[in-house]
Amino acid sequence: MSENQNINYLNHPKGIMSWLLTLDHKRIGLMYLFSGIIFFLIGGLLALGMRLELAAPGNDFVSNDTYNSMYTLHGAIMIFLFIIPAIPGALGNILLPLMVGAKDVAFPRLNLASFYIYSFGALFAIYTIVNGGVDTGWTFYTPYSTQSTSNVVPMTLGIFIIGFSSILTGLNFIATVHKMRVPGLTWYKLPLFVWALYGTSLVQITATPVLAITMVLLILERFLGIGIFDPALGGDPVLYQHFFWFYSHPAVYIMILPAFGIISEIIPVHSRKKVWGYKFIAYSTLSIAFIGFLVWGHHMFTSGQSVFSQIVFSFITYFVGIPTGVKIFSWILTMYKGQVSFTTPMIYALSFLFLFTIGGLTGIFLGAVALDIHLHDTYFVVAHFHYVMQGGTIIAFLAGLHHWWPKSFGKMYNQKIASLCALGVFIGFNGTFFPQFLLGLRGMPRRYATYSDQFSELHTYSTFWSTILGLSIFIAILNLMWSLRKSNKLNPGSNPWGALTMEWTHTSSPPHPHNFESDPVFTNGPYDYDKVIVEPTLKK
Amino acid sequence: MSHNSSSPDFLHHHFHDVDQQYQTSKFGMWAFILTEVLTFGGLFVAYTVYRSWYPEMFYDAHLLLDVQKGMLNTIVLISSSLTMALAIWAIQKKNKKLSLWMLVITWVLALGFLGIKYLEYSHKFEVGQLPGIFYSYMGPEVVNIDNPHIFFGIYFIMTGLHGLHVAIGMGLIAWLIYLTKKDKLHSEYYTPMETVGIFWHLVDLIWIYLFPLFYLIG
Repeated sequence: MSENQNINYLNHPKGIMSWLLTLDHKRIGLMYLFSGIIFFLIGGLLALGMRLELAAPGNDFVSNDTYNSMYTLHGAIMIFLFIIPAIPGALGNILLPLMVGAKDVAFPRLNLASFYIYSFGALFAIYTIVNGGVDTGWTFYTPYSTQSTSNVVPMTLGIFIIGFSSILTGLNFIATVHKMRVPGLTWYKLPLFVWALYGTSLVQITATPVLAITMVLLILERFLGIGIFDPALGGDPVLYQHFFWFYSHPAVYIMILPAFGIISEIIPVHSRKKVWGYKFIAYSTLSIAFIGFLVWGHHMFTSGQSVFSQIVFSFITYFVGIPTGVKIFSWILTMYKGQVSFTTPMIYALSFLFLFTIGGLTGIFLGAVALDIHLHDTYFVVAHFHYVMQGGTIIAFLAGLHHWWPKSFGKMYNQKIASLCALGVFIGFNGTFFPQFLLGLRGMPRRYATYSDQFSELHTYSTFWSTILGLSIFIAILNLMWSLRKSNKLNPGSNPWGALTMEWTHTSSPPHPHNFESDPVFTNGPYDYDKVIVEPTLKK
Repeated sequence: MSHNSSSPDFLHHHFHDVDQQYQTSKFGMWAFILTEVLTFGGLFVAYTVYRSWYPEMFYDAHLLLDVQKGMLNTIVLISSSLTMALAIWAIQKKNKKLSLWMLVITWVLALGFLGIKYLEYSHKFEVGQLPGIFYSYMGPEVVNIDNPHIFFGIYFIMTGLHGLHVAIGMGLIAWLIYLTKKDKLHSEYYTPMETVGIFWHLVDLIWIYLFPLFYLIG
């Protein structure tokens, strides 16, 4: 297959400007993907640096101040520069129009603008790193964040700017889902990844503006001393926490909902079975998005809330468990009596089910007020958060990356190496973070560069396995990149996994610059494996 | 339905037809309006919290605002909403001249709003009725007030953000005037005017809430 004969979005049109000024959602998606991966690696190196410091008690590697900067930057970069933009921005951009049979997203220029807004915001973050970091923690709690002499303003300004990128992407996706679907593709025939992106986008356009305004108030507090968060001037620092978590709790669902969508796509394809409980999964997405707005107070059980608020927030928090449980059971029932094949994406998806369940259940622990008073600000929270965010979102991201890589590039990676890395990630992840549950239960506080001797065994254990985790992810990404070399002869065909969603069945891999060579005709539901026979084009 | 010579030049390549393009743009603007409402919503919450903590201070501090200028601005902005709507109506009726006039009047009214706002602000800057640590006004009315700077902090942030929206709206209306003059907008295609119109009504609507909340407490 000569590339000259095969026109696709990667080779047509040519030239660097055709990339930088592209309005093609697939190219914009790739630009998000590669910038996201760069920040993922930076954030990952910071994490490994922290684990190195924590390998033994005492300050043997970095100073306390450097350590404060490291965890703040790790959190802020991973959340605001990688996870929130990367999954909707990269996989969402590449796939959403293809999945709904559209030629592009609703507003292609806006789409390019949001990428550049993201890049502009990222410059502020890079400036923060180069200029000596920021030491407040990624939550920027007042009053410390209004007094700290580190780079609070550049970092929060960067987050403020990136927020607009996130809002515009969300707005674009919502309009695309509503108005750009191919005739015949009704709401209940949408792939579940589209539902997930839709729910995510709703949260993005409604929660992010509140974060933006919070960051503005914080910056004004520093420059003008407006006193809104300063008790000396009649203000209240706890109000900052309310504002911040009103965005940042829903933001957790901005991060996890697309991951749910990816898993909902991968499990039916690699189990050759119709998804179980389609409407349950679709509606649970929307209900998680909605309930997510009503639980922010569970981050503040120790911040001096009334007992009544504590009970109410705790109670509503439990409700999040219901739609989440519905999803987990639906995925398991989808696999039941299916032909499960242990491909790389499926190994990641199965790890997701296992790890996310642990992350979700420990979230219920933390939602209980009495238990949270003990566990608040300990490593239990760190472990829970990473089981949800890394064990959930990032593993789903890697699953999606391996699932749609042949779609995006028309190349297949070395599957043996990829599967071994997937196992390495699973084992390394559990080795790193499971001990942190125990550390937290025994009272090890988070955000400390040193600790007393009683914790050293578990910390050393955690550090050891973190190297396996880091190495596995690094090799997995290298393996993907290596597949792009010119001499790679592994041709996956247009539909390697034998999937039924439109991005696989109606266009070539990689797709045509205008997505479909002729106007697509919607033929079958996305998961009709019981009605349609489709052969995987990938030969083993 | 590929591109053919009969498709109008204002139709972008990724839409099937004119109606889909029109509906999508309008829908996108409404979604953006939702974002805007939430942006101001955060500030309205801050307002509510502090007013409930300091009800007397809010009452006493609001007496320092200029109700007449505020009232005048309300009338100016509501009128501009009307002229904006008339501009859209005129272009639908193929009356380019009237539409242009209405846009120009809308733009001038917006400028008037900012002018009046400037007079209000500059007075407050002179006497020191300012946010936070910059507050220095010590007139007889405020001797017994706790933390009036909080009131002015919220006042300046909310009206300032609103003023920024008016300024952005002026830029958009100027763009509409240019497009209409160049016959880029006409009775077949006036989507930009309609979406900017939606935005402009929102700007008006927010002021209709800000005015009583700051100027008419009591």
